[in-house]
Formats: sequence, structure tokens, C-alpha cells
Amino acid sequence: MADTVLTINNIKKSYGDNLILNGLSLDVHKGEVIVIIGPSGCGKSTLLRCINALEPIQGGEIRLDGELIDGKSRNLAQTRQKIGMVFQNYELFPHKTVLQNIILAPMKVQKRSKDEVTEEAEQLLERVGLLDKRDSYPRQLSGGQMQRVAIVRALCMHPEIMLFDEVTAALDPEMVREVLDTMLELAKNGRTMLIVTHEMNFARAIADRVIFLDGGEIVEEGDPEDFFTHPKTERAQKFLHTFEYESVKHK
Amino acid sequence: MNWDVIVSYLPLYKDGLLITLYTGWLGILISIVLGLVTALIVHFKVPVLKTIAKIYIEILRNTPLLIQLFFIYYGIPKLFGIVTDEIACGVIGLGLLGGAYMAETFRSGIEAVDTIQMESAVSLGMTRRQAMFHIILPQAVTYSVPAFVANLIFLLKETSVFSCISIMELMFTAKDRIAVSSTTVESLFLVVVFYLIVLLPVSIIGSVVERRLRYASFGN
Ligand SMILES: Nc1ncnc2c1ncn2[C@@H]1O[C@H](COP(=O)(O)OP(=O)(O)OP(=O)(O)O)[C@@H](O)[C@H]1O
Ligand SMILES: [Mg+2]
Repeated sequence: MADTVLTINNIKKSYGDNLILNGLSLDVHKGEVIVIIGPSGCGKSTLLRCINALEPIQGGEIRLDGELIDGKSRNLAQTRQKIGMVFQNYELFPHKTVLQNIILAPMKVQKRSKDEVTEEAEQLLERVGLLDKRDSYPRQLSGGQMQRVAIVRALCMHPEIMLFDEVTAALDPEMVREVLDTMLELAKNGRTMLIVTHEMNFARAIADRVIFLDGGEIVEEGDPEDFFTHPKTERAQKFLHTFEYESVKHK
Repeated sequence: MNWDVIVSYLPLYKDGLLITLYTGWLGILISIVLGLVTALIVHFKVPVLKTIAKIYIEILRNTPLLIQLFFIYYGIPKLFGIVTDEIACGVIGLGLLGGAYMAETFRSGIEAVDTIQMESAVSLGMTRRQAMFHIILPQAVTYSVPAFVANLIFLLKETSVFSCISIMELMFTAKDRIAVSSTTVESLFLVVVFYLIVLLPVSIIGSVVERRLRYASFGN
């Protein structure tokens, strides 16, 4: 296999007595696109939040490029630069323009020059078709546009891996497509991505590997074609079944 | 009402006005710094300091300024044998009181900004301090402006209590005029006018800033 970017080794996560992730392990290779699916409340968001140490873990370890991700470490901010996170509700900074949203962290965190970052930001905005919005405020954009800006903002930090947590769940149906297309393009360009989504057709199209999470552990994982056509475990079968509709018309 | 009396009192009231403005704004300056520090201590739950901050806020907000001033003005010399200057006492007293109110204002402003904005910022590799400075505080300020302006007006009005520790501000001037002459109506009329001169600009500028800042930050 290609080099491993992210190693998740036997992590445990609980909220009080409520065990959410129970000894979960996962290796993510360079350029790999992994889609994580599973029923609501199974811990998909929690897993992504643990990866960039927004949540502390109670056991096991997570390493990025061999480096331990530790919520208490002094190097945490350093490590987080390498992890791009895109949230369900975009979480753009409302008091900054699109361009300012994008260039702030590269300038303040990576100490890159304003000119250089602005140029890169504009190129990326161009690619997602939003260059004309560079001086708009988030409130002036549609949900789909805000989410594409959020993706560009994360990309501009040159992350090793991108995490997407149901990034289309808050969007109107007609805007889902533009965001998914942006992600497909990233996948085509060899980005390493970890995607949580409920869009099954999209998952099938983009994933190199599908992970089915339930009850705090990985119940099944594999090639998307195999998984979606012949899920091996009963739990996965049952889960996928909830996305299908029986015809009620008389044949 | 005797307009000649009013005209002849104007220089006295002008002196009172200057002292009101000087002590009031100096006290407010202290209260802003103190309030910001206290709010950050409470927000970040700094051990020990957080408890002190909370006790400070509750005591200052639940006792009258007059009593606080008496404590500082008469109590401190008795306790520590330091001679205290009344202006310094007034300014410090107002600063302490204002600090408690400002702390609550800033804290609720910070809390009005979602924690997920902080997460969004640190996910980009910012330190918590950078996130606080670039992302949270600018938004918190916008949320705080209405309560902040109300505090300014409240604190400027509270300077009238300074007359009780012989600071020759506006209220002192009015009381003095009433005591030494029989010009109650003129004296009171002037004190009202002069307080309006102090407060109306704050009120007007405050609401303009409020609207502008809201629009600039959030577009409504
Ligand atoms: N801050 C928290 N405190 C306590 N419990 C929490 C917290 N956050 C999440 N949980 C619980 O952890 C479990 C997993 O939550 P998580 O958000 O990871 O699920 P999810 O798989 O992302 O679900 P969804 O598909 O609905 O987004 C849920 O049962 C939830 O109630
Ligand atoms: Mg979730």
C-alpha cells in the first residue's frame, strides 16, 4: 500500500458513561478517499472531531504523518494546520469577507505573505466559480456558495487530509450538487479525504473505501461497489435498506 | 427664572462639567480594562481568579456606589493610614463599579458567539489566543455594543454621587448653589441642562455606532 497519512489506533471515546467509539482503528493512505456512513448518533461526527482534537479521547492514539495528535500538546495548532475541516453549517467568519475568511489563517498561522495567499485564494475561488464573490460577506451568499468558500478556506492551508462532516446536510437540494462536484474534483486531483455523508449515490461515486460505523465500531468496510451491492453484514444491509423505497404501484 | 443668575452661574457649571467629564471618562476607561480582564478570566475559567472575579462582580453590582465610595474614601485611610485624594477615590470607585458591569457585558458578548466559531478557527491552525483576537472578540464587541452604551450612560450618571465625597462636579455645584443662595430653580435647571450636554452625545453617537457596527458585522 501507499504511505499512510493518518493512523487511528484503537481509540476510545465516551461522553460520561456513554461510550461512543469503542476501540476503533483505521489507516488512511495518501490520496485515499474514505466515506464513513452509519446511522444517526453512531459517532461519525465524534470520530472526525477526535481526529483534529476538538474532542479529547480516553484511550488509543491518533497519528498524522507519524506525529501524535494530542489535545494538550503545544504543537496542536501546528498539527491542525495539516487537517482541513469542513463543517455542516460552513462556520465562515461572519465579520470577514470571503477573501478575508480564506487568507486569515495562512497569513496569521503560516506567516505567508498577503500577496501570495491572495493570489492562491483567487485561483481557488476561480476554480469553484466564486471569484466574483471575493469581497462579499458570508451573509450575502447562498448555502452552497458558503460551503464552497469553506472548502477553499480549508484548502488554502495546504492540508494533508480533509475532513468533511455532512457538508451538504444543511443545503437546499438544488445546491447539493455544486458542493459535491467540488469534492469530486478534489478527489480526482488526489486529495486525501475523510467524508461523512448521507448521500449514498455520491458515496458510491467518490469513495475508494467505504466504512460502515455502528455501535462505536467499524462493522464493515470495503470497496464501494461490493459494499453497496452486496453488504456482508446484516446491520449494513438493514442500514442500506432504509435508503430504498418499495414500489407500491401494482405491476 | 432669573436669566441673569443663570448666565452668572455658567462659569461655575462649566468647571463642574469639566470635572464630571474628567472623572467620569477616566473611571470608564478603568472599567473597560478591568471589565475586559475580568470577563476573560470568567470565560476561560482561570482557577482561583475566576472565583475572585465572580465575588467581585456580585459585590460591586449589589451595593450602592455611595457606600463603595465611603469605603474607599473614609475606610482606606483608617485601615492603611494612607491619605486619599477625593478625585482619585471617585475615579477608582467608579472604575471598580463599572468594571463589574462591563465584565458582565463583555462576557455575555463572548458567549453570544458560538463555540463552533472557536472550533472553526482552531481547526484552521489558529491558537486559542489568535482565535479569540481575530474571530471571537470582534464579533463579541458587536454583540456587546448596546449594553456597553447603556453602561456608559449609567456610569456617567453615577458620577453625581461624587458630590458626597466633595468632588466639585456638576451635582456638587448645584447643591452648593442651592445651599448658599436662594436660586433653587436656576440651579436645578442648569444641572439638568449640563447633564444633558454630557449624556445626549453619548446616547446619540452610541446608537449610530450600534447600527453601523451591526450592519458591518452581520448585515442587518
Ligand atoms: N458534547 C456531547 N456530549 C454528550 N454526548 C454527545 C456529545 N456530542 C455527541 N454526543 C452523543 O454522542 C453520540 C454520537 O454523536 P455524533 O454526533 O458523533 O453522531 P453522528 O454519527 O455524527 O450522528 P448524525 O448522523 O446524526 O450526525 C450521540 O449519541 C450523541 O448523543
Ligand atoms: Mg454528525
